[in-house]
Amino acid sequence: MEFICLLIVLLPLIGSIGAGLFTVSRKTAHWLTNTCVGLSFFLSVYVFKLIVLDKLLPFHSGTSNELTLYTWLSFGKLNLEVGFLVDSLTAMMMVTVTFVSWMVHIYTIGYMSDDEHNWSDKSLAGKSSYQRFFSYISLFTFSMLMLVMSNNFLQLFFGWEAVGLVSYLLIGFWLQRDTAIYANLKAFLVNRVGDFGFLLGIAAVLMYFNTLDYKEVFALAPSLSNVSIEIFPDIEWSAITIICIFLFIGAMGKSAQVPLHVWLPDSMEGPTPISALIHAATMVTAGVFMVARMSPLYELSTTALSFILIVGAITALFMGFLGLVQNDIKRVVAYSTLSQLGYMTVALGASAYAAGVFHLMTHAFFKALLFLAAGSVIIAMHHEQDMRKMGGLRKYMPITYITALLGTLALTGVPFFSGFFSKDAIIEAVHFSYEEGRFGAGFAYFSLVFGVFITSLYSFRMFFLTFHGKERMDEHTRKHLHESPVVVTVPLILLAIPSVLIGAFTIEAMLYGDFFESAIHVAKEHQSSHDFHGISTFVVHGLTQPPFWLVLAGFVTAYSLYMQWTGLPALIQSKFVFLHKILLDNYGFDRFNSWFFAGGARGLGTLCWSVGDVKLIDGLLVNGSAKVIGIFSQVFRRIQTGFLSQYAFAMIIGLLVLLGWFVHF
Amino acid sequence: MSAELPLLSLLIWLPIAGGVWVLTQSKDSEDALLVRPIALTIAVLTFLFSLPLFFSFDITTASMQFEEKLPWIQALNTYYHLGVDGISMPLILLTTFITPLVILSAWEVIKNRPAQYMAAFLIMEGLMNGVFAALDAMLFYVFWEAMLVPMFIIIGVWGGANRIYASLKFFLYTLLGSVLMLVALLYMYNQSGGQFSILSFHQLNLSSTAQTLIFLAFLAAFAVKVPMWPVHTWLPDAHVEAPTGGSVVLAAIMLKMGTYGFLRFSLPITPQASHELAWFIILLSLIAVVYIGFVALVQQDMKKLIAYSSISHMGFVTLGFFIMFAILQNTQSKDIAAMGIEGAMIQMISHGFISGALFLCVGVLYDRLHSREISTYGGVANTMPRFAMFVVLFAMANAGLPGTSGFVGEFMVILSSFQANFWIAFLASTTLILGAAYTLWMIKRVIYGSIADDKMETVGRLTDINARETFILAILALAVLFFGIWPAPLQEVMHVSVMNLIEHVTRSQ
Repeated sequence: MEFICLLIVLLPLIGSIGAGLFTVSRKTAHWLTNTCVGLSFFLSVYVFKLIVLDKLLPFHSGTSNELTLYTWLSFGKLNLEVGFLVDSLTAMMMVTVTFVSWMVHIYTIGYMSDDEHNWSDKSLAGKSSYQRFFSYISLFTFSMLMLVMSNNFLQLFFGWEAVGLVSYLLIGFWLQRDTAIYANLKAFLVNRVGDFGFLLGIAAVLMYFNTLDYKEVFALAPSLSNVSIEIFPDIEWSAITIICIFLFIGAMGKSAQVPLHVWLPDSMEGPTPISALIHAATMVTAGVFMVARMSPLYELSTTALSFILIVGAITALFMGFLGLVQNDIKRVVAYSTLSQLGYMTVALGASAYAAGVFHLMTHAFFKALLFLAAGSVIIAMHHEQDMRKMGGLRKYMPITYITALLGTLALTGVPFFSGFFSKDAIIEAVHFSYEEGRFGAGFAYFSLVFGVFITSLYSFRMFFLTFHGKERMDEHTRKHLHESPVVVTVPLILLAIPSVLIGAFTIEAMLYGDFFESAIHVAKEHQSSHDFHGISTFVVHGLTQPPFWLVLAGFVTAYSLYMQWTGLPALIQSKFVFLHKILLDNYGFDRFNSWFFAGGARGLGTLCWSVGDVKLIDGLLVNGSAKVIGIFSQVFRRIQTGFLSQYAFAMIIGLLVLLGWFVHF
Repeated sequence: MSAELPLLSLLIWLPIAGGVWVLTQSKDSEDALLVRPIALTIAVLTFLFSLPLFFSFDITTASMQFEEKLPWIQALNTYYHLGVDGISMPLILLTTFITPLVILSAWEVIKNRPAQYMAAFLIMEGLMNGVFAALDAMLFYVFWEAMLVPMFIIIGVWGGANRIYASLKFFLYTLLGSVLMLVALLYMYNQSGGQFSILSFHQLNLSSTAQTLIFLAFLAAFAVKVPMWPVHTWLPDAHVEAPTGGSVVLAAIMLKMGTYGFLRFSLPITPQASHELAWFIILLSLIAVVYIGFVALVQQDMKKLIAYSSISHMGFVTLGFFIMFAILQNTQSKDIAAMGIEGAMIQMISHGFISGALFLCVGVLYDRLHSREISTYGGVANTMPRFAMFVVLFAMANAGLPGTSGFVGEFMVILSSFQANFWIAFLASTTLILGAAYTLWMIKRVIYGSIADDKMETVGRLTDINARETFILAILALAVLFFGIWPAPLQEVMHVSVMNLIEHVTRSQ
């Protein structure tokens, strides 16, 4: 299976190089990349079957799930290698990533078909933009696979930054737009702040474990639980806690947790297919995946877990609020993504890694679906994204409407839909954590439960504003409204199926079975003792819990505000101007960052340069010493008068002094 | 490769002799056109002759290879003594790799005395190879000083408007440092009983005062060359005024002379002083990384920005060298110490590719619009998409993206310095943010965006890079990617020599 795994990774890369570096037709570009990613998906399914269903080990003729490809560097006993670790967690991620990626590849054929309209006539970059887009999304698939299949921290970091690179390229894909190239720079820099922490975390791993290999690190981890580190003098911290928190800072950047979340809403400047693939389904979940992968480390530090719990809870609740006031359809989905990432993070903090990863998977399907449906609406609306100019689209685009409805039901967590199972599992887990007394769990539980109401409210608000109610678009747009082409609707349908079903089908195995047995480690005392009595019991239990009623309440509220008494929202808004402003302002994060960090850095740079380099070093020291030499020369050149008599006089004086010297000694 | 062929001599004298011949050719640019292929052939031949250094290099020994030794000035007991180990060999390859690209980059661009321009680079190539290969201190010093002359001329003749100030500043700055080094060399000549052999200097048992003074004398010479804060201000001026080729050689190779000097002279000859003053070098290195990073952020001139970025990246090199002592003290792990030093050395090579490539990219724009100001540009990707691809790649490499060579060195230095001190690693890691900020902000303003109305006549009429320019950038891109994806071949050749250096330094404590 070594070859198959290699093929899964390399096929998208081949597609990317083929479409990107060579001058190929549009048709060649999308056929090549689609074939490569499609093959990659089927092979991933095959690997998944062998590993999860047949319980085989993939490498070295069935004896190991690790494979070393080559040695990157080596120092004595320390080897930095590039290799694979393929277990159930990896296999699940591989299937999810390649499936969503493939759907997005297909969808892109339709979405980007008239991309030349997005470029000015003269731009040469616009001539090949279609091919370039396919090249980028394939490159992304390659990077993401490298990330999830890694067996060591080095390659993890490689994939980590590589997906960041592709994200940068794709957010700034329409490079003629000022907002796009502002957003991509911001995204890269904010991610770099996270990576800054991540790199220090990796450095700490190397220091304490003397290896970067996952397996060796996990094996050594328990023996390290008593080692402490002094970062500030006389304050001791457990080394494991430090490692975990630094690694999690990386996850905060990539998975957009407060306060490093600021890049994600802006990333919507990119074309919609990548918002679905990168900024909802896969890349942003890298942080969640990473923490789940590192569960043997995180289990050793409840401090780090509490930190994660609180950060996740803040993100889940407060980013949800922001979704309530957005009018741009993509931004609503973006803030919903932030909030859902918060849910996953809370699950990690509650030691319910499996539930977090489970939600990661269900979310990948329904959020990709919602984004692609939003994209389908945007095509129909001629690139209008403001929901206030939509409405009543139900009858024009039935497939988009139905799939979006299914996605919304999954996202809000209506019973039997995939999101219901994963979200309920997380809330249950946090409740257990709360009973267990983990710091921050009470706050997290409250945030998540209340968040269910918010989620339901903004989701149905978006749904009603877009598909129901009065048709608020202009006449010209309305005349041209029609369902999107097959390449767009087929991915929607294919994504809708798992959005509905995947939860019910997999919950038993993933949360209560031995699916993650070898991949995720949960300490005995952190394990919840709940048993699983079948899906129907789970649902019936769910119906008695507050989250279900909150979903319903959200739906009713949204219905009354946006269908029944449509004048009310404006009234509420005018009553709470101040609150509305804060929400529209993203709590001031952006203003603060651009004032403090961007402005501060520029100010400091100017200060260092104009005072330090120009005035002090160059002005005072360099040119100053040149001036001093000049002044001395002015003085000494007076000696050189050119009068022979004066020279002769000086010589005689000198001779006398020398003679006197010799005679005296 | 046969041992009889004096490879190193060939690498020094072939380009010098070829260069001198080219130099004497007509100044008339018509005739000079014929000389171009000859200059290029010489440079390519030199590169081909340097390949055996790598491929028949014995990676199991730290002793000098490809040695040549002939008496030179017997009255002074100096020898024409050449040889390379894992520390110098990669640098010679870097020199022979960059020079043909520089000559090719001048092909249609230099209109004023093209033959003499190329000759200057050939001669300089020979001299730089001499610096890296010399094992006799006198010989080293001669090459070291001689190298300044062609560079002085390149800036002074083919440079920009303010070239006289820049070339004088460059010359005086570096000369001032070198004079102190000469004093140190002469002192050691006396101490070693009248010989100039660098390897015998390594065995000297110097008193701690003598070590400190010698270390400071060397520091004066090397710090200026690197350049380290605060003696760095000649570099931005020199880069701004230098023609493209001059900037490339300056950034890609000449800066490495300084850091090479630390490895060949300071650390092995004055290990004790190096240990005692390591904190000082580390401090200066961190200032280079952080302070210069901020300075780079506000530059308006692309060449100045890349020049400051060079200083910041070279800070990683000096940091990687001198962090060794703290690592050994903290962990006793020579492997981790080696990681720091080798990371620094990989950074030297990688910076040669990346900064060279970035200066070539600025040259491409400068050839077309005769401006280095960031504000002149904006939206270049619209008219030069192929060029934009390369620039973004090199910018990412400059920002240390994994998968490019720029990542390898920084990664190793940060990982190893973490084991010395958390805060050193913390400050060094800020380059992740600062490096990305200044590089990508420049990319945003130059490459991305739409073309403003008032730039339609300038940026709007740019032509994309031609085959020659594409070829040069593609070669560098391959190098950057290759060593990013698989740095092991480069590190392997260094490892034994570096371990030997560490052994030597710890033994002499």
